[in-house]
This record gives sequence, structure tokens and C-alpha cells, in this order.
Amino acid sequence: MPAFTINAERDQLAIDRLTEQLGADGFTHERLYDTMCFVVAKEKVHETLAFLRNELDFNFLTSMCGMHFPGLELELGAVYFLHSMRNGHRIRVKTHVSLKEAELPTVTDLWPTANWMERETWDFFGIDFVGHPNMKRILNMEDFPAFPMRKDYPLEDPTREDKNDTFFGR
Amino acid sequence: MSDTMARPDLWKEDHVEGKGLNELTTLNLGPTHPATHGIFQNVLTLDGEIILDTEQTIGYIHRAFEKIAERRPFYQITTLTDRMNYCSAPINNFGWLMAVEKLLGIDLPKRVDYMRVIIMELSRITDHIICNTIISQDAGATTPFLYYYQWRERIYEIYEEICGARLTTNMGRIGGFERNFSDLAWERTRAIIKELPAALDEFDKLLVRNRVFMDRCINCGPISAERALAYGFTGPNLRAAGVDYDVRVADPYSSYEDFDFKIPVGKSGDVYDRFTVRQEEMRQSISIIRQALEKIDKIADKTTYHADVPDWVLPPKQEVYNDMEALIYHFKIVMGETEIPVGEVYHCVEGGNGELGFYIVSDGGRNPFRVHFRRPCFIYYQAFPEIIKGGMLSDAILTMSSLNVIAGELDA
Repeated sequence: MPAFTINAERDQLAIDRLTEQLGADGFTHERLYDTMCFVVAKEKVHETLAFLRNELDFNFLTSMCGMHFPGLELELGAVYFLHSMRNGHRIRVKTHVSLKEAELPTVTDLWPTANWMERETWDFFGIDFVGHPNMKRILNMEDFPAFPMRKDYPLEDPTREDKNDTFFGR
Repeated sequence: MSDTMARPDLWKEDHVEGKGLNELTTLNLGPTHPATHGIFQNVLTLDGEIILDTEQTIGYIHRAFEKIAERRPFYQITTLTDRMNYCSAPINNFGWLMAVEKLLGIDLPKRVDYMRVIIMELSRITDHIICNTIISQDAGATTPFLYYYQWRERIYEIYEEICGARLTTNMGRIGGFERNFSDLAWERTRAIIKELPAALDEFDKLLVRNRVFMDRCINCGPISAERALAYGFTGPNLRAAGVDYDVRVADPYSSYEDFDFKIPVGKSGDVYDRFTVRQEEMRQSISIIRQALEKIDKIADKTTYHADVPDWVLPPKQEVYNDMEALIYHFKIVMGETEIPVGEVYHCVEGGNGELGFYIVSDGGRNPFRVHFRRPCFIYYQAFPEIIKGGMLSDAILTMSSLNVIAGELDA
């Protein structure tokens, strides 16, 4: 394996403190490569992120993005990339929502930088962020009819007949 | 003209609070405007020349890279990444390749790491040259913009010697490089290390202590460290505000921990600090390249340019025609049939504008399941209205160029 460093001590601290805060069944965690990833229910996500920011010094929201796993009960999701610069520690927090109730609380009150990230997630995945100051599309045009990063949105025009995709699977 | 009119600082406050007497003006800055160096629109509400409010529209060159990436094998995504920040394309390429290498668990030989460091630092220099010369251009000094571009040209000649391309390089491969550097490439790198410091000093002499430039840039578009962090600033713009965060030091990749270099920081986060931080970073880059050249000279092996990963590096053509195994590897690589582990990784590098992150979710298929690019421009450009609020229109232009907003990276 390449030399990436695992900050096991801080990871364990985050797990312990979150267990205190949310209870042992309030979240699940797993280490994916070098980063500890936490999964919390959408009702708890704002509380968790606020706790991590205020109590565990995750002062920096590196990025945030949406996910779509067709076939799961809770198909859509969001990933928050948190970074504690002082401790040199990165974690990810994930949450899942269903297609019907694709809503999450905004975190713009914690990190102003979440503003455009949440707009991007709305634009591409159709997850509505409740409480966001300016919830509208950002990269696509405003009357775009779909949420293009969802897996069921075709990349190419499906009626095209000029390409033979038998071998390449496109 | 009364005395107060000559002192904008005396009447600025009233205007910002809407107590001004003038009728408000709406001004479209962009989408295509020669002063914005890229395609983005700002609808400004002005009171005279004072900016009261800004509404940003972006996405004019959105190309859906994340969506396209879900349908391409890993190698074909490299060519998408260098179209993000095209001013420092190799950093984007190597950032992506390193993310894939992390996913695959490939460890690189030191020589390859150092070669990558050289190329990445060269491209950081090109990025900063572009940004700083454009700052000077927008501040009214045309000379550097025309004169210092020759150094960017010289660096592009190195790229050209290594891979044949200049802007969208794609010289890396998973596990290393496509080919070894030629003697001419080394020669050109050494020459530029020797000659560039003098040119940078000359650039400094033109601007850094120039009274006109200082008056123009100091206190223009400042941001505090606290707000910069809240807005997710990274890179030179964050360091200009006084936070010494650099991915190369915080999370060393590609053997950056072997190098001795300084992280320049500013104080007030204004245009002048951003300019001087970038100037100093170029000097540090030169020092890093010099150290890398020394380290490479000490390595006896002169032929290694990639890790031993036949699954990912195309075998030489003559072997493909004569050797069964090479033919199989060639076929697998070209058809994208090499096995990929299931997992997800986030890898970040210090790009020209800050932390450039690549998030890959792999389900084991030939294409990644989901790719997310953390583009620094996209994240910090949202602070632009707050930075320019209450300032002059011409300051907004200068602030935008000093933030180095690259349209390709902004819109992905």
C-alpha cells in the first residue's frame, strides 16, 4: 500500500465523542483507506456536523457532494468532507435520503462555504437544503428539466443509432 | 470639487448603508468582458462607483466532467482534469493519477516522485506567472504581462519536449510517466532554474516597491483569515490572509516531505499580499526544483520513470508484437479491463489555486462509480461579493484577477 498516514488516535477520539453525543446506535463508522467515514441519519446530520465543528475542531469544510445509489431504499445521499487543520485530521460524514423526501438541513450557518456546494448538490442531485438562503441551480441553466448527476439520467442521447456499443459497453 | 469628494474613505460608509444621494445603477460585468479573464457574469448594483451588491452567475463553460467521468475508464479521465485549471494542467493530471494510485495501492519509486515534483512546481510557476502578470495588467502595468510570459513559454517548451503537448499535457501515467525525460528536457529545466530568479527579481523591482502599484493594491479587496477559512479558501489566497495551510506540508504527497521549503504568508489578505505571496512561492518552487534535481542526480538509476505496474503502463510497442504477455497487458490497458478494487478515496494536492481534491468512489467496474472534483476556484469565488462590497468598481476587477479565478476550474 502507498504511504498514506492514518490518524488512528484522532479517529478513535472522534468515535468516542460521537458515541457520547449520539449514542452507539446513532451512527455507523468505517475506515475507507486513510479516512474514517461516519454515516448518520438525516435527522441527526446537522447536530452531528455542528458538534464536530464546535467540539472537535473541524473548522474547515473541505468539500461536499451528492451521491446516488439506485436500488437502495435511501437512494440519494450527501458526503461532507471535514478537515481539522489544527490537528491535521480529515473525516467524512455521510447521510442518506430517499428519492421522495430528498431534503437535508443546510449547513450554511456553520460554514458559509457550504452555500455553493449545496446549490451544486441541488443542481445535480435534486437534494433540497432546507433553510438555505438562495436555493437555486448554479451550473446548469435555471429551467433545466432534470437532475443530471442522478444515475438514471443518460449521458448521451439514448436514441442515437450511429454508434455500435456492443464491445465497449457505452 | 470639495475636500470630501477627494477623500472617498470619508463618504464611503454612507453610500454602503444606502444613505447616498445617487440613483443606483445596475451594471452587467460579463459574461464576456475583457477584464474578467474568463466567462462569468456579475450583476453589480452600483451607487456611483461604489459596489453595493453583486449577483454572480456561473456555469457558462460547464462541461459535466463529473458525469462524463462516470462513463470513462480511469485513464481517459486524466484528459478531463487538465481542462479544469488549464494554467497548471500537470498538477491536475498528477493529482488525479495520485488519487487513482492511492485507490490501487501503487507505491512509486523516489525518482518518479521527484520528477513529478519538478513538473508540478514548474506548472505552479506558470500558474503564478499568469496570475501575477494579470494583476499588474489590471493595475495598469502592461509590461509584465507581455514580458514575463516568455518564462511561461520556456516552461511550456519543457512540457513540449517531454510529451509533445503544451497546454493540456497528459504526460503522466498511472504509476509514473509515459516516457523518461530526454537530455534536452533536463537541460531546459536546469537552464530555467538558473535564469528565472533574476527575472523574478526584475519583476519585483518593477512592482513590489513601486509607489503606484502599492497604492493601487494595498487594502484593495482584503479578507480576514477567519472569513477566508469560513469561505473555504485554500492556496495562495488563504496564505495571503495569514493562514499557513499548504497541502504539500499538511498532507505531503509525492515525497514533498523530503524537501526543505518555506510557506510564505501574508497578513491582510489584500491584492498586494496575494501578489507578494505568489511571487515568493515562485522562488520557493525554484528552490524545490533545484533540490529535486540534486536528489535525482544522486540516484544511480537513470532509467526508471514509472513504478513496476505492468497492469497500468503500456509495454513498449516492439514487445507487444513479439511477446504474449505484453500483448495481453496492452490489450487490457487499452480496453480498460484491468481490475480495480472496490473502495473510495479522497486525495488532494496543492494546485495553483489551493487544495485540489479528487474523490473517487469505485464499485470495481471499469469506470469509477462517482467522481467528485474539489475545485478551489468554485469554492472561494463565492466570497467575491463580500470582498468587493463597499469598494470601487475598478477594485473589483483587480480583486477578481488576484483571486485567480479560472473559468474552467470554476465550472468543471
